[in-house]
Amino acid sequence: MSKHAKSSTVSFHPLSAPDFLPLPQLRDLQLQRLQAIVQRAYDRVALFHKRMDERGLSPQDVRTLEDIAKLPFADKTDLRDTYPFGLFASPMKEIVRLHASSGTTGKPIVVAYTKEDVQVWTNVMLRAFAACGVHEGDVIQNAYGYGLFTGGLGAHYGAEALGATVIPISGGNTPRQLMVMKDFGVTAICCTPSYFLHLIDQAAELGVNFKELPLRAGIFGAEPWTESMRRRIEADSGIKAYDIYGLSEIVGPGVAMECQCQAGAHIFEDYFYPEIINLKTGKPCPEGEEGELVLTTLGKKAMPMIRYRTRDITALTSEVCECGRTLRRIKRIGRRADDMFIIRGVNVYPSQIETALLKVEGALPHYQIVLTREKDLDVMEVQVEVTPEFFTDTVGALEQLQSQLSRSIESTVGVRANVRLVQPRTIARSEGKAKRVIDQRKM
Amino acid sequence: MKVKQLSLFLENKPGALSRPVKLLSKAKLNILTLSIADTQQFGILRFVVRDWEKAKQLLEKGGCVVKVSDMVAIEVADEPGGLAEILETVEKARVNLEYMYGFTLKKEGKGVLAFRFDDPDRAIAALQKKGISPVRSVELFKRLEG
Repeated sequence: MSKHAKSSTVSFHPLSAPDFLPLPQLRDLQLQRLQAIVQRAYDRVALFHKRMDERGLSPQDVRTLEDIAKLPFADKTDLRDTYPFGLFASPMKEIVRLHASSGTTGKPIVVAYTKEDVQVWTNVMLRAFAACGVHEGDVIQNAYGYGLFTGGLGAHYGAEALGATVIPISGGNTPRQLMVMKDFGVTAICCTPSYFLHLIDQAAELGVNFKELPLRAGIFGAEPWTESMRRRIEADSGIKAYDIYGLSEIVGPGVAMECQCQAGAHIFEDYFYPEIINLKTGKPCPEGEEGELVLTTLGKKAMPMIRYRTRDITALTSEVCECGRTLRRIKRIGRRADDMFIIRGVNVYPSQIETALLKVEGALPHYQIVLTREKDLDVMEVQVEVTPEFFTDTVGALEQLQSQLSRSIESTVGVRANVRLVQPRTIARSEGKAKRVIDQRKM
Repeated sequence: MKVKQLSLFLENKPGALSRPVKLLSKAKLNILTLSIADTQQFGILRFVVRDWEKAKQLLEKGGCVVKVSDMVAIEVADEPGGLAEILETVEKARVNLEYMYGFTLKKEGKGVLAFRFDDPDRAIAALQKKGISPVRSVELFKRLEG
């Protein structure tokens, strides 16, 4: 395989046209669709109807896009409370697909699609691939899990509609992933960024050199990741790493996608209307300010979501992107409102711990944060796997590494952390979302 | 002149030592000598086996972090002053001794100790000048395993 294969031509896919709509036209379309979806939810979803009535609101109160701020929020609890089908706005005979979350905390949540919804999803996923320069002729290894999780099938339909060759390998079985990547001439891969790092780690052992492969793009999502992870992925594998954003409650993957400028993910606004709200007050944030991303599905028939609180922290920008897309962009989501933990009164995000570890080791080791309470005092322990690069034969050097890591964390987050070095591969690797924080504090 | 030693990172918790030991025993690799350095939270297992390359590969496959270092095995007379002479020699050559431990072998009033120097080659040269010759790996394994 020659290096030559890595270069790509930016092609324009006809179905990407909505990415470039002039703003007035886009806003008109959004308002029309918003009014229709609010009407649909009001007419067909009991919970939404009740909440609107309680506030003395009717669908006719949505006259401008700004009026969206009057509408009630929805969140994950609503999906749990109405489990399994309570938020559906279409009769079962029109629903062609159900997906569900893994349900790590209690009951899973269920989401539904009509035929038209699946088409919309396929369309946005196709536009997502096209945005990062993946096109017909590409060979896409889809390592998102197939099944109830939306990742696998979402990416699959989009990639197939694009005319690419899809390898539906699903998640797991790392040696087979690497074999397929090499033998099938894969040019693009979809998986979680932490799983791709795992593939990089394993590649050398299994005799695969990423830099000799035609692989040129990674579409990474389903968990928060950082710029430093992107740099490590790109440096170690020689590919371009793109951020894709999505969530099952809204559609699955394909809510937003980075273009080749890699400067934030463009929200496919013709179908998903974004707002950023202040976490505490619930009021809209001024442009550019960080807050919680709230999304409204503008085209979903089976399960409309009005002002769904994603728990993802980001900021929105309407600055024109160099790629020419008029779609607003969200800043990379490095943290979730749910991941944030408070220790001794200080808000800490796992991404900050990551930054601190990177400063010392230069590469991100596998780590986990364990919170406990000893004598009414919160204790944060950061478990870090020892890597061959950092293992020295003397106790002194290891103790020094430990204290360097500990100092780096303290100076980054302002809270003391006990660093515990642990044996490699003892921290659970998820082939889906990485679990970074284990809170064992009993309140 | 040098003997290869493998070092392993161990967590200080039950079962941490038995895992690598079991891996070695399954592959019929005999540990000729070992020592453990420990702190409250972790330890370093250091040991010598004849086929160290095989052992390293096996342990790494089993998820261990392994480091290889050069040790110098020296025959020491089992009498007062036996060790002192060796230490004096390397000190004069300005070689630092990082740690040492013994082999379970004693013959004709002599024991064999394993030394980890920061500069093994310089230590060997200094010792040889004084007429102290380190035990070669081949010779060592022969003696240990009969």
